[in-house]
Amino acid sequence: MSEDLPADVAALIDQVQYEEAGEFPVERGYIWTSAASVENGNPLFWDDKVAAELTGGPIAPPSMLSTWFRPHHWAPGREVQRLPLQVHFDLKEQLGLPEAVMTDNTITFYEPVRPGDTISTCQRLRSVSPEKQTKLGTGRFWVIDVEYRNERGELVGVESWTGFGYRRAA
Amino acid sequence: MTAPLTIDAVKVGDQLPPLSYDVTATTVVVGALATRDWRPQHHDYHFATVRNGVRDIFMNAPNQAAWFERYITDWTGPRGRLGKVGFRMKDSVFPGDTMTLRGTVTDVTVDDTGCGWVALDVTMHADDRLATTCSARVAIPTATDDNPWARRGESWKPEQS
Repeated sequence: MSEDLPADVAALIDQVQYEEAGEFPVERGYIWTSAASVENGNPLFWDDKVAAELTGGPIAPPSMLSTWFRPHHWAPGREVQRLPLQVHFDLKEQLGLPEAVMTDNTITFYEPVRPGDTISTCQRLRSVSPEKQTKLGTGRFWVIDVEYRNERGELVGVESWTGFGYRRAA
Repeated sequence: MTAPLTIDAVKVGDQLPPLSYDVTATTVVVGALATRDWRPQHHDYHFATVRNGVRDIFMNAPNQAAWFERYITDWTGPRGRLGKVGFRMKDSVFPGDTMTLRGTVTDVTVDDTGCGWVALDVTMHADDRLATTCSARVAIPTATDDNPWARRGESWKPEQS
């Protein structure tokens, strides 16, 4: 861990933040949109007979996990657009790094996600690097974990993101 | 349904059939929409080029995950169950690029619960540029009547490497 890290950021390491429930349940329209976006013809998502036989009914593509945690573009009564992975955006602000990209993503899949599920998440900052220089600019790498559970409390997945927040080279 | 791919038919060094796809702005935008990713660099050319300083809008990470899943399960068939994917983005995939995915089997094991696992290294190229590398762990049947999706709780260990 970086020694020059501001104390308020260091205090957040491994703390549970932003425990949130999905805004609306997992639904098949989004599953089909996702499968269509990559022309995924896996019959699990298109043929109810195959889904019934292999997965006990329809499921979502595992790789859609993070989709269920991203807020929609708008919701009634919301004045400001909600951001996904808020810890990432908080770090940009706290560390004064206006730009950021994601570099690594690891996802572990547990119980399948099914239409009708409501997925809850929490975020944990795992680490922040010292300042580093890359071709994008000067900044820091950080790792954020997101844990996903269904409404029965079953673990459905854990996602680990590495972000790089930076200032563009002059 | 055709006979499923089973663990005995897979060995280290096996190559998956490559998949090539001509990426357009629509590919990138549909992929961002499908993952509820509203960040402007995935749909706004002006933002991507002026603010981010890249040549065009570019494919977002969650949509890349969907491409990796499709590529792997095209090979395994529907009984293939992803346990874990990890990927590293080294370069971006832009409209006009031909995206090519290639995969190699790096490990074949049966764990202590009897679940068959295949480890894969998958690459995503954008034209000649290596855009993303991916390591994946996918469960496939150990016999034609086996179904990894039936595994729950202690009999499903996706995190082991």
